[in-house]
Parts: sequence; structure tokens; C-alpha cells
Amino acid sequence: MAESRIVGIDLGTTNSLVAYMDGGTPIVIPGVDGSNLVPSVVALDPMPASGGRPTVTVGNSARKSLIDTPERVIYSVKRLMGRSLREVKKELKYFPFRLAGDIEAGEVPRIQLGEMRFTPPEISAYVLRQLKRNAERFFGAPIKQAVITVPAYFNDAQRQATKDAGRMAGLEVLRLVNEPTAAALAYGLDRAKEGTIAVYDLGGGTFDISILKLRNGIFEVQSTNGDTHLGGDDIDNLLVAVALDEIHSEHGVDLSAQPGAVQALRKAAIDAKIRLSTEPAAHFDIELFNGDRYQREIPRAVFDVLIEPILARTVGPCKQAMADAGITPDQIDEVVLVGGSTRIPAVRGLVDNLFRLTPRGKKPHTDLNPDEVVALGAAVQAGILAGASPVTEEMLLLDVTPLSLGIEQLGGTVARIIQRNSTIPASATEHFTTGVEGQTSVAIHVVQGERELACDCRSLARFDLKGIPPMAAGLPRIEVRFLIDADGILQVSAREQRSGQAAQIEVKPTYGLTDDQVENMILDSFDHAEEDFAKRLLIEARNEADTILAAVDRAPQNPAWNELSAEERALIATARAQLAAVIDGENLAAVSHAIAALDQATRHFAELMMDAAVSSAIRGKTMNQAGEKLSESVTAPHDFAPAEFK
Amino acid sequence: MLKVADSAVPVACWSCSVAHNESTLFCPHCSKIQPPPAGDYFSVFGLQPRFHLDLAALELEFHRLSRKLHPDRFARAQKNERQWSLAGTALLNDAYRTLKDPLRRTEYVLKIAGANASVPAAPAADPPSSAATNGKEKDRSRAPAGLLEKVFDLNLQLEEMRAASDMGKEDPALKEKLAAAKMKFDSLLGAVDRDLRVQWTAWDAGDAAARLLAQQAMVVLLERRRYLSNLVRDVSDILGA
Repeated sequence: MAESRIVGIDLGTTNSLVAYMDGGTPIVIPGVDGSNLVPSVVALDPMPASGGRPTVTVGNSARKSLIDTPERVIYSVKRLMGRSLREVKKELKYFPFRLAGDIEAGEVPRIQLGEMRFTPPEISAYVLRQLKRNAERFFGAPIKQAVITVPAYFNDAQRQATKDAGRMAGLEVLRLVNEPTAAALAYGLDRAKEGTIAVYDLGGGTFDISILKLRNGIFEVQSTNGDTHLGGDDIDNLLVAVALDEIHSEHGVDLSAQPGAVQALRKAAIDAKIRLSTEPAAHFDIELFNGDRYQREIPRAVFDVLIEPILARTVGPCKQAMADAGITPDQIDEVVLVGGSTRIPAVRGLVDNLFRLTPRGKKPHTDLNPDEVVALGAAVQAGILAGASPVTEEMLLLDVTPLSLGIEQLGGTVARIIQRNSTIPASATEHFTTGVEGQTSVAIHVVQGERELACDCRSLARFDLKGIPPMAAGLPRIEVRFLIDADGILQVSAREQRSGQAAQIEVKPTYGLTDDQVENMILDSFDHAEEDFAKRLLIEARNEADTILAAVDRAPQNPAWNELSAEERALIATARAQLAAVIDGENLAAVSHAIAALDQATRHFAELMMDAAVSSAIRGKTMNQAGEKLSESVTAPHDFAPAEFK
Repeated sequence: MLKVADSAVPVACWSCSVAHNESTLFCPHCSKIQPPPAGDYFSVFGLQPRFHLDLAALELEFHRLSRKLHPDRFARAQKNERQWSLAGTALLNDAYRTLKDPLRRTEYVLKIAGANASVPAAPAADPPSSAATNGKEKDRSRAPAGLLEKVFDLNLQLEEMRAASDMGKEDPALKEKLAAAKMKFDSLLGAVDRDLRVQWTAWDAGDAAARLLAQQAMVVLLERRRYLSNLVRDVSDILGA
């Protein structure tokens, strides 16, 4: 039996993507709407009148709810993954989300969304499930295994939370890959280059810099650094803050407490930011509720000055990474740019300066789409894990742990046991003993970070070593083995050696979700029986059929309809009738064929409409694929998210 | 912990049952991965303990073994193979990280040779919930013999410099003195490294008695080196600030 496919997933702050290896080429899998990017936005539909759980939508359709029902939508949840209550509270100053009220210290924080509450991994699981469904739709077969990318600078808790999210979405996460490394894999695929590469990855919410040595197909990371709190979001927040400020002083209205208005400003800010990457100036023009307008011209020079302090924060990590790798800028052969924020000209200028590119006659690599390159690399890593392709056979990724691992000692200082930038898997062994007669448990406080004092590092976990045979104080010799696995996640095991039985000691971490909690949060039944899967495909096909039928019924209102010949209209009518006839049946193949036939019949119409509606016409797309645009032009909702499967 | 290579014990392969040498990572008969071997870091690379190493050859062997052993090669293997791949690769990485770095390698060889005077063993009488210190904390209280006078002068200058910069003042003359001192200590550091290499050669080529002498010399040299590099770091910090 052929093994199922492994997909590669970029679970991003702003957008998420799923890709796979098609022979030797990584390819991004589009969603129902034809778009490669699934916005990492999750919305809760209104509570059904009949009771039960409200439907959860993901992606573009969820994004549409941002302005109408902001209290039922969440985005940028990646910034909350694996974070403690205190950290989340700090983070939420910049986002309009509410924490559920009754969270105890040490518990994983939950976000209030409408009448429900979710942990960050659950929110991410909805995004992952959408990607999983997109892939399943694409292949017509279940997908059970995935490689998921994480920022290189993610700590243990953030990585564990990402893995938990995968499990909740019904995916076995075979590997977590660091995003900059994934990007290097995607670039390294079609060039048998040797040399030193720097990957500068400025995404929606995180910044990573990684320096790799490429040799004989081995991608060996030398060093990595970054900031898990730095990205395009910060630029958006800054622009919104400036706008709110100016609106307050010019119009005397404080909009900051109105989530809908803030979201509208945010959208305008993002649009302005994107325009400024290609144009010398962008125009803010927003109608305030009292009829006034907030209008402002932002020249690029002003924008560059505004964002300078944000971009400057990427310099320190880059210099540290070069120092840790023991190299100077001149020894870097290639620079790869990743993440949507690297489209900003000021970012490119900074990178050029930092790595002395122009003086050396070099240019950064930008030929792969910076929004897609991480997902493409994840697909390459999936290919390496599947081991099936000669293209990836010779490739191997040797990554490092971004942060030092240490143990708190008496007096609150940290004893480092695994240094940052150690190639993973990596391990260390330490010995502990008891201080009290007959003591049967010892607590170890493990921290992650580079500071001297434990309180300045990220507390990773307090491990309780239990079941130590009672002995005189100081006599037990407990050997504790710390192992950072290939996902960058810590595993701890312990043995008591003195008693001569090498007793296994129970190791209980005290953070994140427990196995049972994750189990209870699993979104769908874990193993899809084949009939379940077929049933779901049928439901999705019916949804798709409904969408296209609705669009066809509205078609005569569109001016493009009049340009069709009588035969074409007749063909559409026939295909429409055929689809309507089979839509309620149980035959998936019949529904799929009828959809394809109607798609084909409406192809010319879709093209005409595209030509008329959009200057950048999308040629060759059928009505179904063009659904998003279509629905805008004929003002019909496009059903992006497949129905909930119950 | 790891013991010095002693690899004559035959064990049966878990998969094909053919007996093989216990220090091998893969069964010579059926090529299946084996539980991680019990030898020292050198035996992972098929080497005997030594100080002088061909680093290019070590890197090639590291890459060759990584290709075969890495968990990426066992993503869909059965659970025991996955665990052995993880443990074996951790051992390989720990070994490579230790052996490729001259200082870490020196400390490691001294440790497995039993000459770990400079690396105290984990204290057995640790109070609960505290880590075993593992000798990484430097002893700054005592300057090694022969350095005392120079270090005394330097520490005075460092104090003056710190006081001056706390007051927000710059003292160019003092700065120059410190820079000169730094150069002197840098060159002392270079001399220590050359001395260490001489002892490396003596150990690699010597018999048991010669090795013992070399080990003792290296323990002293390492202590001196640690002291000097801390000083150089302190001076660099002050000069850089």
C-alpha cells in the first residue's frame, strides 16, 4: 500500500499555506477560492438559533467578519502561542481580543470569542484543519502527516504549542522546521551551490536571521537569532496608532475603544503599507462616523522615518548571529529574503547595508515569492522525510537550537547545559541529589535564554523528579538526561543510580497543555474512516455546487451575460439543470462531473466578466475559480469555507 | 557516562540476530540501525582518543554519518529505530561539537583520561532543586603563578577605567594603557595555546608515562588559559563600552 502524502505547512502570523512535492518540485496547494494564501484568521459564525456550537470559518471569509463582528474574530494568534498568561496580557495591548476571565496562573490562557473560549493552539488548529482540507480536496485523499514551520527563534513552549495544534487538527506533525531554514531548502533545491547563506526573514509577527553553510547537499545551520515579537504587525500597529492620534487631535474623536473602527483603520494602514512598497506615496482616506473624513498623504520618506526604529531592531540579532557563526559580512556568499515585510524598500536597503551587498556586487535573492518560500521549503523537508524522491535523497538539514538551555542553581543563577546554536538533536547529562533525609522528590527548574539570572530567562518548566528511593540526604545520585530533539523540543528523563536499580524517575513538566487536554481539544475524530472521508467530500462538493448554482442564477444581471451567444447560454442552462438534478444525490462522482461541466460551460462568461471587472484579468479561470471576484461584482457571498462536518 | 573505547564485546543485532561489534551504529550484516554505542566521542568517528585531529576529515565523516543516522531518515520507521536514531544523532552531534573545538576537545580528552583536575565532578551533596555546577564557573580569586604582578596592575587600571566611565569621563591615557595590556595578555594567550599544542604532540605520540606528564602540564595550562581569557574579555568589555 502506498503511504499517504506528507504535506508542508507554513503556519504564519498573517497567512498560512500548504504545499507538497510534485516529483522534484514543491508546489503550493490553492484553496477553494483559488488563492494560495489562507489568511490566519478564525471567525465564529452567529450562534445557531437551534443551539449547539456555532460554525467556525477560516481564511478570507473570516477576514470579512473583522469589521462587522470584531468580537467574534481572531487573527495573529501565532503571537500568543506557547505564551504565559502574563505574556499574553502584555501582547493583547496591541490587539482587540479579550482573555477569558477565570484563568488561573499556570493555566494556558484562553481567548474569549463570542460566547466561546479557545486556547491559542485550538485557534491555530482551525487554520491547520482548513489547510488539511484544502490538501485533501486537492488530492482527493486523506492527509494525516505534515511538516510545520515555526520561527527559528521560537522557544520550547511555542514549539510544543504548535505541535499540539497539529494534533488537534488531526495531523501527525513529523517535523517542526525553522522558517528561515525551510526558505534556504527551497532556494537550495535547484542550485548545487556551496557556500555561506544568510536568511533574513521578516514576517507578519516574527523576525529570524539564520546563517547556514551549504555543502554536498547538507544544509548546516551555523547560528540563528531573532525576535519573536517583531514584524509587519508592528508596522501596522504603529500606523494605526498615528492615525488614531491624529483623528483624536484633528476631529476630537477617540476611536481607539471602537473595535470596528480600529479594524477599518488597520485595513487602511495595511493597504497603505503595501502600496508604499511600489509607490512613492500612499493616501489614507477614511470616512468617520460623523461624516468627517480623515485624509492623509504618507510619502515614502515619511514612512521610512516612522518605521526606522522597528527595522533597526533587526540589526542586533543579525550581528549576533554573524558573531556566533564566527564570520564577517564579507564572508556571506548569498542573502535570501523571506517574509512579506521584506518587500519594503527600506528593509532591502537595510539588508544591503548590513551585509555589504552592493559594494560586493551582490543582490539578495528574491526570485521565489517571499510569501510562499517557507511553505515550499516545508514541502521539500516533507519530501526528505518521505524519502521517496531522488531529488531530496542527498539533502539533509542540520538545524540548531536558538536558545541556551540551563538549570537554575542555588542563588538564582543559571548553569548552562546546552549552549545556543548547538546542532540538534543535542543532549546533556547532569547529576542531582537530595538535601533531606528520606526525600523522594527533587524539583529542577529548566530555563531557556542567554541571561545570567534564571528570573531573566524564559522559564521552561519545573520538572518534578518523583519516586526516588528514600535514602540519607545527599546519597541518591540522580542522573538527569536533557535531550533537545530534532523539533527543538526538550525531552527529560531521569534515573537513580545509587540504589543500584537504575529506577526510572517520573518526570512531570509543568507547562503547556497536558496530553489529556490536547486529546479533548481534537477537532475531528482522529482516524477518518474512509466512508467518513467520502461523506465529507460529498458535503464539500454539494457546497461548491450550491455556490456555483447561485452564481449562475445571478449571471443574467451581469452586463457580460449579454455578450454570450445564444448557444453558450443554452449550454449553461443545460449544465445547470444537470447539476441541479444530481446535487442532492449520494453520488460524489456525478456531482463532481456536473460541477466540472458547468465550470466548463461558464468559462467564457467568467473570462468576459473578468475582463470587464478587473484590469489584471485572470485568464483561463472558470467561474468557480473566479468565485471571489465574481461574488464581489455581483454582490453575492462566496462560500469559501467548506461546511462543518458533523 | 561514556567510557573509553573498548569495543570487543559482540552483541546480536536486534533485527537479523547476527552478532556484531557493540560499538557500531549500523549492523554490518543487515544495515539496520543499532542502539547507540557505549564508546567515547572518538569511537563514534572510529577514532582513538587524541589531541591533534584532521578537522576536514572529521567534518566529512560527520556529514556522512549524519546522512545515515539523522531522525529525518527515520521519520516513518518503527518506534525503536526512531528512538535510536534520535539518541545516536544526539551522541554524534555532541561528539562533533566537542571534538571540533580545540579547547573542548582538550578538556574532553583530559576528562576521559582521568585527569579532570580542572573539571570538578558534579558535587554529590547538592541541595534539592539546585543544579550541579559542572566546573564551568571560573575561579577568579587566584591568579596562576607568574602572572600575579601583571594581573595586579591590570586590575588596578580596570578599576580606574570603570570609575572614570561611571563618572561619564574618558581617560585616553588609561585607555591606551589598557589596550596595550590587552595586547600583552592576548600574546600570553597565544603562547599558552602554542604550549598546549606541544603537549598535544607529546601525548599523542607518547607512552603511558609521557602521557601522564603531558596531562599534568595541560591541566595547568588550561587553568592559566581560562584565567587569561577572562581577563581579556573583561578588558574588551571595558574598551568596547
